[in-house]
Amino acid sequence: MSFTILQKRELVPTLHQMEINAPRVARKAMPGQFVILRIDEYGERIPLTIADFDAQAGTITLIFQEIGKTTRQLASLAAGDSIADVAGPLGNPSAIEKFGTVVCVGGGVGIAPIFPIARALKSAGNRVISVIGARSADILFWEDRMNEASSELYITTDDGTKGHHGFVTDVVQNLLEHGEHDEHGERAIDRVIAIGPPVMMRAVAGVTKPFGVRTVVSLNPIMVDGTGMCGACRVLVGGVTKFACVDGPEFDAHEVDFTLLMSRLAMYLPEEKEALDCDLRSSVGEAAAEPTV
Amino acid sequence: MNTEPEAKPKKRPEMAKQPPSARRSNFNEVALGYDREEAVAEAKRCLDCKKPLCIDGCPVGVNIPLFVRQIAEEDFDAAARTLKSTNSLPAICGRVCPQETQCEAVCVLGKKKDGDPIAIGGLERFVADYEIAKGTTIPDLPEPTGRRVAVVGAGPAGLTAAAELAKMGHAVTIFESLHSAGGVLVYGIPEFRLPKSIVAAEVDFIRKLGVDICLNSVIGKIDTVDELLGEYDAVFLGTGAGLPSFLRIDGENLNGVYSANEFLTRVNLMKAYLFPEFDTPIKKGSRTIVVGGGNVAMDAARCALRLGAGNVTIVYRRGEDELPARAEEVVNAKEEGIIFRLLTNPIRILGDENNWVTGIECINMELCEPDESGRCRPEPVPETEHTIPADLVIIAIGTSPNPLVTIATPGLETARYGTIVADEAGATSKPGVFAGGDIVTGSATVISAMGAGKVASRAIDEYIRRI
Ligand SMILES: Cc1cc2nc3c(=O)[nH]c(=O)nc-3n(C[C@H](O)[C@H](O)[C@H](O)COP(=O)(O)OP(=O)(O)OC[C@H]3O[C@@H](n4cnc5c(N)ncnc54)[C@H](O)[C@@H]3O)c2cc1C
Ligand SMILES: Cc1cc2nc3c(=O)[nH]c(=O)nc-3n(C[C@H](O)[C@H](O)[C@H](O)COP(=O)(O)OP(=O)(O)OC[C@H]3O[C@@H](n4cnc5c(N)ncnc54)[C@H](O)[C@@H]3O)c2cc1C
Ligand code: SF4
Ligand code: SF4
Ligand code: FES
Repeated sequence: MSFTILQKRELVPTLHQMEINAPRVARKAMPGQFVILRIDEYGERIPLTIADFDAQAGTITLIFQEIGKTTRQLASLAAGDSIADVAGPLGNPSAIEKFGTVVCVGGGVGIAPIFPIARALKSAGNRVISVIGARSADILFWEDRMNEASSELYITTDDGTKGHHGFVTDVVQNLLEHGEHDEHGERAIDRVIAIGPPVMMRAVAGVTKPFGVRTVVSLNPIMVDGTGMCGACRVLVGGVTKFACVDGPEFDAHEVDFTLLMSRLAMYLPEEKEALDCDLRSSVGEAAAEPTV
Repeated sequence: MNTEPEAKPKKRPEMAKQPPSARRSNFNEVALGYDREEAVAEAKRCLDCKKPLCIDGCPVGVNIPLFVRQIAEEDFDAAARTLKSTNSLPAICGRVCPQETQCEAVCVLGKKKDGDPIAIGGLERFVADYEIAKGTTIPDLPEPTGRRVAVVGAGPAGLTAAAELAKMGHAVTIFESLHSAGGVLVYGIPEFRLPKSIVAAEVDFIRKLGVDICLNSVIGKIDTVDELLGEYDAVFLGTGAGLPSFLRIDGENLNGVYSANEFLTRVNLMKAYLFPEFDTPIKKGSRTIVVGGGNVAMDAARCALRLGAGNVTIVYRRGEDELPARAEEVVNAKEEGIIFRLLTNPIRILGDENNWVTGIECINMELCEPDESGRCRPEPVPETEHTIPADLVIIAIGTSPNPLVTIATPGLETARYGTIVADEAGATSKPGVFAGGDIVTGSATVISAMGAGKVASRAIDEYIRRI
């Protein structure tokens, strides 16, 4: 059984959307879950969130950022190519209930995983206020989809090229302070869920903590098997070691040790560079071997 | 009869090994196997006992005297058929069974003064390798029964149950969560003890029996056991005991601290020893400490050494006699230069300001009176705290059953530590669901898992013919 790529396009520079034929995964996928894929027999196993899924068509959609060897190689594939292994859906689904008003925060590539969660929360009857942010307007994606999945959508860019000039945390802070009060003047934001780079998630946790709003983040530690067998993905939550692949990936943001998460994510930096250099060298070699017209 | 047992040599031929100086820097197989002359000569030592005790020592009941006699008669094809009729994974068992406590422990020849038991494992490996080199023959299969069985987990227990059920004419599908079949045989036991090409060849034999192997299929996620029961007549759970234990001491989440499972999975399953040809990275320490004294600790230590980890030290809280690893593997490890710090227990893992491990703080232990279990309970010796520097630490203190399947299966009774409760035939508390191997016993051996798979296959056969 191999997993054929049905569609693949570059959404914005270095960010790709890929639709893969994976009927058994699509049938069971829920918002918040991820897959682990391995491109070929030489490949590393990497986790990617299921950004969308269609049980009827038997497909899943992945959105990924080119950052190293594997994601670059994945980006080089096209519709019709296939991926050797896709295992999933892994991890616990996001809690989808009627909470009331939920703020969904997606930063950078984190917009992709927040999308199915926002959509499910909205159809469960919540008022969904989404805040999505990127460095710049030209790398912002899925604005249309997020608009549809939300009752209200805020956009932020670090350079001010679109929406609020600043960070997603500015908007969240503002919503908590001024925006959302019910008829008794009580704060009416019942839940915040934030997905993005660890620094962003830490910042969101910092903003919501003083307001005592339940805040959930989806952690992205390095993983190998994704089934609780290796412990590579261990994170510290409330002082207790958890395996993000089976105990998470979502955890209480106010309990997460983000410093540990970030230092563990940097564990293989020299090796990642070596893998990339090696890859670059071989692709340069290939290009050189081709006759120039 | 003129067989004169006394006239036969008492000793078995010693199996050739790669010299320690060479093997400490490569991942090629250490033990090289018998050649034809050695195998035939060794087979001729067997007494072909009337009441062969050796068979009772084998959990899958290999007809040892028969296959050994067939080797002596140089009819290797017949020997291979004999083996395969009871054991679908002989090339694996010949290499990794703890024969010294199984079949060879009860061979009469070993009971004689200065006598070596027949090298049953070595002979089994010889025949199985002969067959793999020549091309495996598939036995005639009975008419399909129309019954369907789902097997969860492609470790030794699941593979054996599947092979036996296929040989009974049932349609079998194995669901395996990883991208490769074999369980611990592919992710845990290193290449230099069990080449992955050998595992692949034996898995291929099981496929050729008609067993369908669905990889990348995590049961509990992609399908539940209840859903499988809707589609299949019975389910066998052979999901192993793959959840790594940690010491629960400070510093265990520092960079450079691995569970043995992660370290071995990266090296073996993901082939990190061939990085960057293969994409998965692994840290190569210059001073590595492995905590634990079992086979897993030996495997991790010997892998670390082969990656070029400078010096590798095993830290174990009991003494030499208590080391749970196979004696042969301890000898191999020592020959390769692994350092043993026995009666030493870690109390804290130390790190630098960048969260990287720098060493472990240990305390000396002494053995006191044996406790009820017969083992000596080690006690710390006050004021013997000391630090061993390290830039890589591997925790190899054991594993327990992974709860992924059990928590998603209502009505399945589990015991302390998460093992599934099953009777001697492998039946669980849930009708139609059977289990065997490490998921029932906790970490044990390849051959005991295979034995459990085999026993359960008979119970499953009975069950599905009845319904
Ligand atoms: C549950 C989960 C969901 C994720 N979802 C997405 C997603 O939807 N889109 C997306 O673009 N990225 C996602 N990621 C991150 C993605 O897995 C990494 O970007 C990818 O593994 C990088 O691989 P590489 O070889 O290209 O880069 P490398 O050069 O190997 O690594 C770059 C960085 O990626 C991280 N990383 C490396 N290997 C792994 C690994 N095996 N597992 C996790 N992180 C690793 C490390 O921080 C590393 O420094 C997710 C991670 C997790 C844990
Ligand atoms: C490093 C190491 C060295 C060892 N050396 C030896 C040795 O030399 N000799 C010896 O006899 N024994 C040895 N053992 C022990 C032996 O390997 C095990 O006892 C044996 O493999 C148990 O077999 P099993 O089939 O029960 O489980 P496993 O081999 O653990 O196989 C279980 C399989 O189930 C899969 N699985 C788990 N959960 C799911 C799920 N939810 N859905 C689908 N699939 C799932 C796993 O991925 C795995 O492939 C060693 C163990 C280790 C870790
Ligand atoms: S399978 Fe293992 S225990 Fe049985 S005869 Fe072979 S080596 Fe001995
Ligand atoms: S007990 Fe030993 S000598 Fe007797 S049949 Fe078995 S292997 Fe041969
Ligand atoms: S990725 Fe291996 S335990 Fe989570």
